[in-house]
Formats: sequence, C-alpha cells, structure tokens
Amino acid sequence: MNKKVIATTSLAGCFGCHMSFLDIDERILDLIELVEFDKSPIDDIKKFTKECDIGLIEGGVCNSENVEVLKEFRKHCKILVSFGECAIMGGLPAYRNTIPIRECIEEAYLKGPSVEEANEEGILPNDEELPMLLDKVYPCHEIVKIDYFLPGCPPRADLIWQTLYALVTGEETEIPYEVIKYD
Amino acid sequence: MKTTAFDFEKITEKYGNDKTRLMDMLIDIQQELGYVPQEALPVLARKTDTSQAWVEQTLSFYHFFRRQPSGKYTVFLNKSVVSWMMGRERVARTFEEEAGCRFGEVSPDGLIGLFDTSCIGMSDQEPAALINGKVFTRLTPFRVREIVRNMRSGKPVTELSTSGYGGGRNALEVIRSEVRNNIQRKGPLLQDNYQYGEVLRQKLKTLSPEDVIREIQLSELRGRGGAGFPTGLKWEFCRKAKGERKFIFCNADEGEPGTFKDRVLLTEYPELVFEGMTLAAYAVGAREGILYIRYEYKYLEEHLHTVLRKLREENLLGKDIAGMQGFDFDIRIQYGAGAYVCGEESALLESAEGKRGEPRFKPPFPVEKGYLGFPTIINNVETLCDAVKIIHFGSEWYRSLGTEASKGTKVLSISGDCRYPGIYELEWGYTVNDILDMSGAEEVQAVQVGGPSGTLIGPEEFDRILCYNDLATGGSFIIFNQRRDLLRNVVLNFMEFFIEESCGSCVPCRNMPWLLKQKLEKILNGHGVWKDLEDLESWPGIMRINRCGLGQTAANPVISSLRNFRALYEERIQKGRSFDEGFELEKAVEESCKAVGRVPLI
Repeated sequence: MNKKVIATTSLAGCFGCHMSFLDIDERILDLIELVEFDKSPIDDIKKFTKECDIGLIEGGVCNSENVEVLKEFRKHCKILVSFGECAIMGGLPAYRNTIPIRECIEEAYLKGPSVEEANEEGILPNDEELPMLLDKVYPCHEIVKIDYFLPGCPPRADLIWQTLYALVTGEETEIPYEVIKYD
Repeated sequence: MKTTAFDFEKITEKYGNDKTRLMDMLIDIQQELGYVPQEALPVLARKTDTSQAWVEQTLSFYHFFRRQPSGKYTVFLNKSVVSWMMGRERVARTFEEEAGCRFGEVSPDGLIGLFDTSCIGMSDQEPAALINGKVFTRLTPFRVREIVRNMRSGKPVTELSTSGYGGGRNALEVIRSEVRNNIQRKGPLLQDNYQYGEVLRQKLKTLSPEDVIREIQLSELRGRGGAGFPTGLKWEFCRKAKGERKFIFCNADEGEPGTFKDRVLLTEYPELVFEGMTLAAYAVGAREGILYIRYEYKYLEEHLHTVLRKLREENLLGKDIAGMQGFDFDIRIQYGAGAYVCGEESALLESAEGKRGEPRFKPPFPVEKGYLGFPTIINNVETLCDAVKIIHFGSEWYRSLGTEASKGTKVLSISGDCRYPGIYELEWGYTVNDILDMSGAEEVQAVQVGGPSGTLIGPEEFDRILCYNDLATGGSFIIFNQRRDLLRNVVLNFMEFFIEESCGSCVPCRNMPWLLKQKLEKILNGHGVWKDLEDLESWPGIMRINRCGLGQTAANPVISSLRNFRALYEERIQKGRSFDEGFELEKAVEESCKAVGRVPLI
C-alpha cells in the first residue's frame, strides 16, 4: 500500500496544536509507518512537492499570506481538516474582530506603551513584501471548504491520533466523549 | 450636573423601597429625566436592599430605558415589516435630514434623539413612531418636517402634530391621540350589546365560583394570546392551588409584529377587560390583579386609570364588589419597558417582579407558583373579554359560534397590502381567501399568519381555515402582494426581530437566528450554494430545546418560507458551484492598507 501523504501548517495560531500533535508520543513511530509528510513544519518542507491526501490546518486567517497558504492547501490536499479553536472559530486572535483594524494598527505601532518611544517617527509597516492584514480574523471554513473539524485548544493528542488513523486507514473510529468535551 | 439634585429616594419610597417594584422606579426616573443616570443606581440598590448589579441587570434588559440623555424629544421609529412596506425608509431619511443626526444618535444640540424600535402595535397605520411616549401614525416626509419644525420651536409633545384625533375614545380628553381604531368588523365580542358590570352585579348572584369555572369550561374557550390553552382548565388549576394570596394578570404585552387588537380592546372596551379580570378573581379566589401592559401603550395610561377609578366608584372594584360580602379585588397597572419576550407569561412575571424578562423553567406553572411565588392566572386581554360575554350569554351560545373543534370568535389584526387594514372579529372557520376578500387585498403573494413566529403561506394554501387545528393564530395577519420581495423584505426583517428580541438565556435562540440571517444574506447577495439550503433546513432543529415559545419559534420565518416558497431560494442559488463563502480579498484588506498607506497587492 502506498503511504498516505500529509501536509500541515500553522496560520494565525500559536503552534500549540502542532505541539499537541507531537503529544501522540511513541505513536509517531506507528504513524510514520503509515504516512509520509510533505509541506509541514515537522519536516520543514516549505513548498508542496506533490499532491497530498490530508491537510491539517492550525490557526485562523488573519492576513493575505494566510489566505494564499490556505488556498494552496485546498488545491493540493484531498481532505482538509481544521484542527483547534483558532482554525475553527478564529480563537484568541479573533478578539480583535470587535475593534476596527485601523485602531488595532495604531495601538500596535503608535500608541501602545511598548512602542511609544521606540517609534517616534510614527512609521507603519507598509512594505509591499509584507502580508496585508485582513479586516478581521476569519475561520478557515469561511475562506475554503473544510472537510473535518477537530475541536480543542489544543485538540487532545488522542483526538488527533484517532482522527488521522481513521482517515489514513479508512476504518471507522469511535471517539470517546471525554476526548471532545471541553467544559 | 442637574441630575444630582434629583431625589431618587422619593421615587423608591413611592414604591415602598420594594425591589419587586424596580421596573416602576426605573420607568418613573426615565419619565422624569428622559434617561436613567448612572448616579441613580447606587441609590436604588441601597434603598431596595439589592446590589448595583441587580439594578443594572434589569435596567440593561429593556430597550426603552436609556442610559444616556437621549434628546429632549426621543423618537422611536418602528422598523417592523409593515412599517417598511408603508414607506419607513423615506420617513427615516427625512428625520435624519431634519434632525441632523443618524438613527441611533442624538442631534448635536441635544434636542432630538432618533432610535429604532420593534413593532409598536400600529401596523394598520404605519409608519408610526413614539415620541416621548406619544404615538404618531401614518407618518410622511411632509409630516416629519412639520414635527421637527415644531420641536425646534419648543412645542410640547402634545402639540407636535396638527392631525386630528383618531376615532372613538382616542379623542377623549384623557387620550387625545391620533391613533385610529379601524374596527372593520364586529362580531359577538365587539358588539355593543352588553352593559359592563352586569355579570358582576346580576349573574354572580346565582353562580358560585365553581359554576363560573364550569361554564367557562363548557364554552371550550381557549387562550386568545396564541398558545390556546383551555381557559377553564387554567382557572380550575389556580382555584385548586394552595396559596395565601392569588393573582390575576392580564397580559397586554402584545408584541408579536402585526398584532394590535389588544390596543383597540383597551381603548374601547377597558371596562370589559377589567370585568374579565374581576370575574377570574371571583372564580379562583384572588384579591389582587395586575394589568401588565407594554410601554408602547403608555399613552393609554390616564384613560385606564380613569376607568379603574370609575369602576371603584361604582363598586365594581374594591371592597365587597357589587354588594357581595367579602369579594374584594383591585387592579394595578404594571408597565413593561420594551421587550417582546415579556409577552411569554413567565417572562412577564419576572418583569413584573422587577427583574429581567427571562422566561422561567416550567414546571412549576404560574397557576401553582406565579407572581411572587403565589398561584397566578395570566390571561390575554381578549380571553378575559370573552369570558365575561360567555357568563353573560351562556356557554351554549358561545359554543354555537365557530367550528366543531374551535369555538367562538377571534379578533384579528389585519395589516399589509390591503385596502381596509384594521380589526376584524370573525368566528373561527373562515378561510384565508374569505379574509383577503373582506380586507380588500388583491394580487396577494403571501400571508403571514400569526406573526413572525407563525407561518408564511402562499396562494395554494389560501383555502386553509383559521382554527386551532389548522391555522392557529394570536391574531396577526399580514398580507404581502406580488411586488414584495419576500426574502429580503419579510424573512430578513423577521430574523432581525428575533435577533433583537431574544432574551439571551438559551444558546440556540441567542445564536441561531443570527446564523440563519447570515446565511440568508449570503444567498441574497448571490453567494448561495446548495449546501446553504441544506443548512437552513437542518440547523433550526435545535431550536426545540429553547426554554420558551419565543425561542422555539424564532427560526419559523426561515422554516416556513423555505417550505412554502422554496423556489425563491432556489432561483438565487449558484448552479455548478459547491462552495462559496463570499470572501473577497480586495475588500478584506482595503481598510488595513489604507491605514498603513500602501497600495493593495492582490
């Protein structure tokens, strides 16, 4: 059997979901028997080298680069999974959604206590190399079609493992209530 | 600060520093000052022996309570569906131009505040607005200019308009309102064949409380507010319930958009309403009654008090009523402050106790544990009027009206695209077609029966009949002709109404209407895909778990329009696309690029 190909990325996230992924501990040895990784921080492959079976997305979408990466993932992955609160609902970064983007930028570069003196000329980052900020932080499924959602902040390693195992082997899985209960 | 001189303690003392009278205190302050200033809160909390948070939670719940000065003249312009249909847009625009501020704001000179409000019970004479509690109906740009001109010259609110008074009692000294009754058809209930007080004076001589309850049960009268619970049974439960005190509530909080019959009943037949409450008190052994009436009808306050005084003078209220030893009963009026959900009976009780109008869990039902924990009857205005006529003319007479399964009559509030909007009292059993003929409606595309929480039906169902086992209704009947865009003008408006009026307790009710509205807008904006229709169909199922009737029916506009007008949705769905969230990068980065001064690079 050909190994399934997995890609992962962290958009507007904190890498906590990837950390939780690593918490599958020694099962990573079983996993690597079943899959190979393409574009992912885990193996540091920056660009897609082939078509993938499964894409795992951490984090929401806060800038134009996130949009581009997410669309790339959709193009190259048969199945896309939003994993973690930020990917599913925007999470902590989405707290800024109630504040106009202009105010956010001013607070970050002009008025905030840590930049007041450091940025006397009042420079705002506007180099065209930089990604453009979106008006708000979007959940991934408002940009591209997402096939599955793994809740949690972060999702538990058991949940990530069981989901991947099921997707890779095509076997149905039963996820115990405790694994997806978060209150 | 001129408010520091205001004596808040005088107001709390007026209500015995009783925390259950918090609504009255806040309403009085609002009335006096035009808003409830922050410095009132500690005083109210201290005097009522509650906390500031307690006061604040009530204060923040009701939209007529203002936290900031809201203009010497505060305009609340109705934004219900019929108001839009009758030209609200032009009226609102003129208000904005003339006042020099937008809706949601106060004019720079502090003279005029412009605000939106949900249906104010004037659907037969829209667009309508409340200005400092007074009702202005059938507004036009011309009239708005006149009104604002009069505001600028400092005229009192009673002299802002030059249009004459509405008919009937609206012209009384104590009302003086331009509101019209528009009674288009009188049935047995509205017919002037009864002199108030006769039931109390004559009939009760020979009828025991049990006899009254039996007679009501035999008549098969059911609650006319919409839920249709058997009235006699309710009274019997309350009679049997044990309690040191018992209460009779009349629910006059009609907030279902398109309903206005209770307004007319309270204008023209308040004696009958109060007699109905007294009759219920006799039947269940209650001594205290409360008319809970929506703030929108505060213009009737003086009128209602005058009638209550008259009834007391005539010994139809008070001690030993109609000469019956030991039959004591009196009524006070409790105002709401702008919340549709307070029409739900347990939310109404919470509100009357000075709290947020959040529905209670049931059981226990109000007949066992109601107002202040005592057995309580809550009946609709119309139900109480029916009860009086039933005792007067007999249950046999009442049972001869209506259909086999739905006895009696229903007072309908008919509005929208028809020649004769207004009040129609009909026996149960007429078809929708009959009613459309009666009201002079032509080229009808759809009818909303029972308000936003009811059903939207099309011509193929116009032969259905109004009764409890076909089209049940609390009275709202809104007609839409062929020119109306049902999804954009009607369904969207109804969803906005439910978003606004959810009390916020149950998660599905708090969130689902908002999600459904987003979906709907997505479809209207041309981004809809088939999956959106599936979502609109499957998502509302969860609304069943909401605590109250409002929450359970808050998705009905979408559910019933999707069921009966599916083609309107389908024609807007994109063919050949399975995913479209409508995300546009250009728009999303526009503002941030402007803020940092760069050209978007897409």
